[in-house]
Amino acid sequence: MAEHWPPSFPRADPGSVPAVFFAEPAAAGVSCSMARTAPSPRPVRSRVLLRPPSVGRSIPKLEAYDKVLGRALYLDDLHVPGALVGRTVRSTIPRGRIRRIELDPAFDWTGVVFADHKDIPGENLVALIEDDQPLLAVEEVRHAEEPILLLAHEDPERVEAAVRAVRIEYEPKEPVLTVEQALAKQAIIHGDDNVMKAITIARGDLDAGFAGADVIVEGEYRCGHQEQLYIENNGMLAERTADGGLTVRGSLQCPYYVHKALTRAFALPDSKVRVVQTVTGGGFGGKEEYPSMIGGHAALLAWKSGRPVRIVYDRLEDIAATTKRHPAVIRMRTGVMRDGTLVANQIDIVMDGGAYVTLSPVVLSRGAIHAGGCYRCPNVSIMARAVATNTPPNGAFRGFGAPQTEYAIECQMDRIAHRLGMDPVALRRRNAYATGDVTPTGQTLRESVGAHAVLERTAARVGWAAKRRAYERANAAAAREERAGRFSRNGARPGGIEPSSTAAPARRVRRGIGLSLVLHGAGFTGSGETRLGSQAAIDLKPDGLPRVLVANTEIGQGTITVFAQVVGETLGIPAQLVTIEEPDTGRVPNSGPTVASRTVMVVGGLLQQCARAMREKLELFAERPPRDADDFRRIARRWLEQRGPLRVESHYQKPPEIEWDDDRYRGDAYGVFSYASCAVEVEVDLDTGETRVLRVTTAQDIGKAIHPVLAAGQIEGGTLQGLGYALLEEVRWKEGRVWNHQLTNYIIPTAMDAPPIDVEIVEIPYSRGPFGAKGVGELPMDAPAPAVVAAIAQATGVFVDEIPVTPERLLRALAARASVACEGARAMSPVARAGPGRERRE
Amino acid sequence: MRSALSKLEVVRPRRLTEALSEMAEAASRERPTPIAGGTDLFVYLNAGELGATRYLDLLGLRELRGIQVRRDAVVLGALTTFHEIRTHPAIVRRLPSLAAAAAEVGALQIQHRATIAGNVANASPAGDSLPVLLAHDAVVHVRSVRGERAIPFERLYTGYRTLATDPDELITAISIPTPPSGAFAFFRKVGTRRAQSISKVVFAGLLASDKRHRSVLVRFAYGSVAPTPVRARNAEQALIGEPPSAAAAARAQQALARDIAPIDDIRSERDYRMTVAGNVLDQFLRAADPRFMRGS
Amino acid sequence: MTGRVDLKLVVNGRARRVLVPPMKRLLDVLRQDLGLTGTKEGCGEGECGACTVLLDGVSVNSCLVPAFQADGQKVVTVEGLAVRSKLSRLQQAFVEMGAAQCGICTPGILVSARELLARSSGRVPSEAEVREALAGNLCRCTGYQKIVDAVRAAAAAGRRTSKPRRAGRGARTASAARRVASGARRTASAARLAPARRAGARSRRRA
Repeated sequence: MAEHWPPSFPRADPGSVPAVFFAEPAAAGVSCSMARTAPSPRPVRSRVLLRPPSVGRSIPKLEAYDKVLGRALYLDDLHVPGALVGRTVRSTIPRGRIRRIELDPAFDWTGVVFADHKDIPGENLVALIEDDQPLLAVEEVRHAEEPILLLAHEDPERVEAAVRAVRIEYEPKEPVLTVEQALAKQAIIHGDDNVMKAITIARGDLDAGFAGADVIVEGEYRCGHQEQLYIENNGMLAERTADGGLTVRGSLQCPYYVHKALTRAFALPDSKVRVVQTVTGGGFGGKEEYPSMIGGHAALLAWKSGRPVRIVYDRLEDIAATTKRHPAVIRMRTGVMRDGTLVANQIDIVMDGGAYVTLSPVVLSRGAIHAGGCYRCPNVSIMARAVATNTPPNGAFRGFGAPQTEYAIECQMDRIAHRLGMDPVALRRRNAYATGDVTPTGQTLRESVGAHAVLERTAARVGWAAKRRAYERANAAAAREERAGRFSRNGARPGGIEPSSTAAPARRVRRGIGLSLVLHGAGFTGSGETRLGSQAAIDLKPDGLPRVLVANTEIGQGTITVFAQVVGETLGIPAQLVTIEEPDTGRVPNSGPTVASRTVMVVGGLLQQCARAMREKLELFAERPPRDADDFRRIARRWLEQRGPLRVESHYQKPPEIEWDDDRYRGDAYGVFSYASCAVEVEVDLDTGETRVLRVTTAQDIGKAIHPVLAAGQIEGGTLQGLGYALLEEVRWKEGRVWNHQLTNYIIPTAMDAPPIDVEIVEIPYSRGPFGAKGVGELPMDAPAPAVVAAIAQATGVFVDEIPVTPERLLRALAARASVACEGARAMSPVARAGPGRERRE
Repeated sequence: MRSALSKLEVVRPRRLTEALSEMAEAASRERPTPIAGGTDLFVYLNAGELGATRYLDLLGLRELRGIQVRRDAVVLGALTTFHEIRTHPAIVRRLPSLAAAAAEVGALQIQHRATIAGNVANASPAGDSLPVLLAHDAVVHVRSVRGERAIPFERLYTGYRTLATDPDELITAISIPTPPSGAFAFFRKVGTRRAQSISKVVFAGLLASDKRHRSVLVRFAYGSVAPTPVRARNAEQALIGEPPSAAAAARAQQALARDIAPIDDIRSERDYRMTVAGNVLDQFLRAADPRFMRGS
Repeated sequence: MTGRVDLKLVVNGRARRVLVPPMKRLLDVLRQDLGLTGTKEGCGEGECGACTVLLDGVSVNSCLVPAFQADGQKVVTVEGLAVRSKLSRLQQAFVEMGAAQCGICTPGILVSARELLARSSGRVPSEAEVREALAGNLCRCTGYQKIVDAVRAAAAAGRRTSKPRRAGRGARTASAARRVASGARRTASAARLAPARRAGARSRRRA
């Protein structure tokens, strides 16, 4: 059932703060209205709101002041007298055995601290899900860049030279470098069969579904590694403490993950390990689990030397050695009726986990759960496997499995639309989730289902039908002109071209528009949040103002500001008066990691509860609600004088309506999903295969934008990462090692590659989210890639089934189609697909 | 930074003659490596790929600066930066493809520091300005303690990253003849993205005709498709002395395969480069004269 | 010469003097010898622009500049953009418009933007111009949209002809921003701001 939305909506300028369009749940479905400020769905108990609400307003970002002044201290900015510089000696082969390690006797080793696996006081592992990844290799090497030794010295030049003075002799073995090789099982490198994890999700009767289908469409889709490319490289600083413990500081997302890893590697009780987040220059998941490794290394050197040790990777090492997005091969077989209704969907997913398990089971899980996309289908089978290869372990990257599988299902939907001669938006409209629909895991989508809203808003905002027609006409006209030998001389002047113009004359270009529809579950999957058991607290400072105590980290997304808004609003004081304590495991409870789009919805929700509790206590104490911020402060200080400290805590409680069965993989995978639709317009240069993105238009339902500018910022940033994933970012391999580990050769978009990104936020509140908020961090990553592929398909007539759609890939696809159609296009011979197992000629 | 910068020595001559003496010093000491803007050298130093320990500063040599506009040529001092090139009115007017190339070198921060002679001396086959210099028959002026020489650009590179210069010679200037009036100049860089990129194929074209529309000056110069920047001479020959026609363009395309030898490398693939080199040539010709797309 | 060079520079309007190895990178001289850690290293290859400073008025990658070549030059870093504790228009726009997320690219971007506004002489640069001016500064967080908007808003504010933005968020007054700035809580790791001292110069409003 399609929802009807008001036809007219003011179109914001690209780059202006997005207008907020939201809806309140009503008894009979969803209605819409537009207003400047949104009353919160759950009225705060106190009847007095002391100020115009902060939630829903874009107050100046509190974290930004230090950053624009250049005063924010990132890990490498800290002045630590006496600190040693740590470096890591790594494997140069992808698989084999270490036969011998020799320290060059001609090198002066005086003062160089040396640590290997024998120095690890506790367990030689990086604790995460399975205890399979060593902190330092012992004898076996399972991937290139596997850490083997650690060195440290005061003088960075000396320790760099020391790294080169280590000679390691290996007995190499034939590595497994692709998922195909892993599944062929010629060599077993993990478990019995190279499979780290397998997940099956099933619903209905697949055979019956296919039997009843009018048309069956098959597709195979491939996506590769992607490097998070935070502009601040990984770095950690460790020191021994006087009481025989460790304090570790650094660039990280999850202080308690590092804490857990260190307690095990150093056999220390919880109280003796302290982990503190420093200002972090981007994470995107790349600093979810990896800091446990580099933190363990810095800690080991500090342990051995008794001095503080700082390890900061340079870009070459960071790209080569740290985690990446899991590559995937996704096969789909989909049965549809002639009117576009999906009746059967069979999906097979294989992900490349790299050499150790790290987070692969969870990435696989999220990928599998999202693999059916945003669509109703009564008969679904999803089989997913994560396999091991002898490559650096893959890990968390924004989206965490969903960008891979939703790229596939969206491409599949476009293929289906093409096959049926149906408009791609109409096909999505026919099948998109509405309230009450059931997902492949058997979850009923009870509330806050924005799929139709974002689809319609995006299509309307971009002018889908008109653009689609216009591009079709323009492409046909361009082709006609070219056949007649007429080319536009755009930009050409007699004697040459405009300098600094990238619009060279007489280009052969085509344009197209594509659209996607995606969803993203907020919070940890299934029983994950229950197992996390997150805790949050708020206490009062001596000045009578509140202090938030959580382990969630600001990594650019605005955590501090948003938490301050949620707490401030609930307490009835300005956000600027709320202090957020530094994420320091010595001072804050474990509110869970800053991942999985859970920070606002789950932890913000816990903080809202704390703030309510604090407010109730103070109101009871004062026998009236505070009149304003000053009054709040007076009452709070009176409490402190008369009753001592005030601290309120809240613990995660699973909402009773959420049920999940881990064994059968059925039930409510997430409390709620966020939804997004994204329209991408491209221009393809037929001579070079280059695709330029002209514009992105996207509507995203995130429940509630606590801070619209920050929310839009998440959407814009995630969208551009998605465009990079679709077009530019490819990890190239040589003999099992990352070949393009310089920033010159791992290509992310510059400001000139980035298009204007037009964002509309749709608010369909979630009853369990603070002020209705769901998750926004990862959702934007899921949408762009398939929309790009579809836009290129309109522009060129070819669906490319592998991303990134590099110019090489696109020209090859065009030539393949042309040679089939016997047109006079220049034919290119097929070239082996890039991947770790495919070598490049020198 | 994977090199020991604190151990590197720098010689800072104040005059060209001093610099040349330093370069000519006897073999008992390591000959200093000249450094101008440093935008290539420091990348190598960062990766630990440059073993030189002695450097010779060129930025202090005023003799190497300046742009002279002569009646029939523009002479660029060795230290002319790409930013100076792209903003100089005479260059924009007379050598628009050089200005276009300069605008696509890296990004602004690089353009402010990178010099034309540095681009030439670095001798990467992917150098953005090199095909333009080749297409314009530029002349590279070098000097040593033994005197001056002028090396035509087409003879400058003798092999992959190998110059015809002597180890103690320094580039002092590059003179670029102004093409005849009415000549059509074209530049296209096909890179990894729209800015801050290294080329996969880079092309500079120059075409001039006589009063009877016969092509008399034909230059197709490529980078990134051979160990050095190259002229596609066989392809050029297909056009010489004839008026523009689709047949001539087709002959040029067929001949092109003999002129270039692209490879697979970290950035791109042989087949892609081959295809794009041909397509960019087509684009140049149809931009130069629509008759290249019509039957003869 | 070998050993050290006696480097004399003017950094953010202040004469500074340090003894450093000649080929030490200007980036490291700023960060280590002069304690100005605002300028960052993101790649060491001149690709990311996090190390951007103005050297004699033009933007350069300080990770590619040897110290000796900065001798006698004027350098401007992010620390030189604010006047005492008052944010420049650019910095203000970044704070209000969400142009700084993780902030690691922000110093380099502000310096590049500063140069753009200086050479735009009062004009509001187009979106394309801003994107080209910032093409050497990689940002992974923002998607560049709000950065481009903030740079243009700052230019417009400088002209004092900015129209009120439609959705009402962009053009806070300077005084409102200052009020907010003085009341805002800093992150726990913030250092105290050293007052920017300019020997002998009158203070000047800067873009």
